Amino acid sequence: MFYIHCPYCDEYRDEEEFAPKGQAHIARPEDPESCSDDQWGAYLFFRDNPRGIHHELWVHAIGCRKFFNITRNSASYEILETYRMGEQPRFSAEHPEGKSAETVAAEKVAAEAGMVAGQEGVKA
Amino acid sequence: MSDITYGRVATFNTHPDASIPKESPLSVAYNTGSVPAATSDSRVLFKEQAFLGHLILRGGAIVLDEAVRKVLGISLPGQPLGLALDETGERSVQWLSPDEWLVIVPGGEELDVEQRLRDALGDAHYAIVDVSGGQTLVSLEGEKARELLMKSTSYDVHPSNFPVGKAVSVVFGKSSLILRRPSEERYELVLRRSFADYLYRWILDAGAEYGIGVQR
Repeated sequence: MFYIHCPYCDEYRDEEEFAPKGQAHIARPEDPESCSDDQWGAYLFFRDNPRGIHHELWVHAIGCRKFFNITRNSASYEILETYRMGEQPRFSAEHPEGKSAETVAAEKVAAEAGMVAGQEGVKA
Repeated sequence: MSDITYGRVATFNTHPDASIPKESPLSVAYNTGSVPAATSDSRVLFKEQAFLGHLILRGGAIVLDEAVRKVLGISLPGQPLGLALDETGERSVQWLSPDEWLVIVPGGEELDVEQRLRDALGDAHYAIVDVSGGQTLVSLEGEKARELLMKSTSYDVHPSNFPVGKAVSVVFGKSSLILRRPSEERYELVLRRSFADYLYRWILDAGAEYGIGVQR
């Protein structure tokens, strides 16, 4: 039995309260009409099945009923982190030891700057 | 208080007057199951507070906080798993999720509270749903109440993890309910109508060794 940290309730809760919902970070194509059948089929049906670090979508079904992400090792079942929707993971296949707090903070600032620049571009 | 329409939302009174017979979600359990009376040996007391007004509020915390303060005089619990009560303890607001709160008020007040909240919220982006008919509030008291909970839920109900002013939605038996701690000596359970019969029987079974008594 696992204790899983819900990033919205901000505490460890019993595994029974959660439900897995598949691979995380799958972006819907911006313009489905212009997708080829291959691209649309890949988006709808094809999922990664890695041995090792995997990002998954879970829901705190008996609790706050919010969806969030888990970085999990599919070989050892170790849960490396849980994070809210819209956030980026610290642990990934490229960074199995986890990015340092400074790197994460710097990336966050850069991403926010990018978003602001994008919004300004839209306005202009 | 009469029915009022707010934009595309119509409000109406779901609380029947005395001429209409009404039954709590536990009525089937009371009529077909056992109802052990409370005695001086009862170390757990089960008491349903039926026909209260339950409202689900959804929306942004800042907007809702202002309206709830104005209408109920309670500040909205912004922290996860918070439970806030007014001075009388009769009205409460509970955090359910980052954009969802449960308001419980004395029975018959729910339409008035809903309409006053709608007036206070104006054009804000929010939703209020009256769920009074869908669930019921039960209180558990007595020296063994915590032990009964320990047998039933995997949640850690030790006071260090579950202090007064906390409320969680948890697995209970093979079902789920909302567990609240409004005061030191009392636990509250919010049971859904469809699970109420099962949960009532589970609680009686779990409480049998403590001489559980049902107060009606």
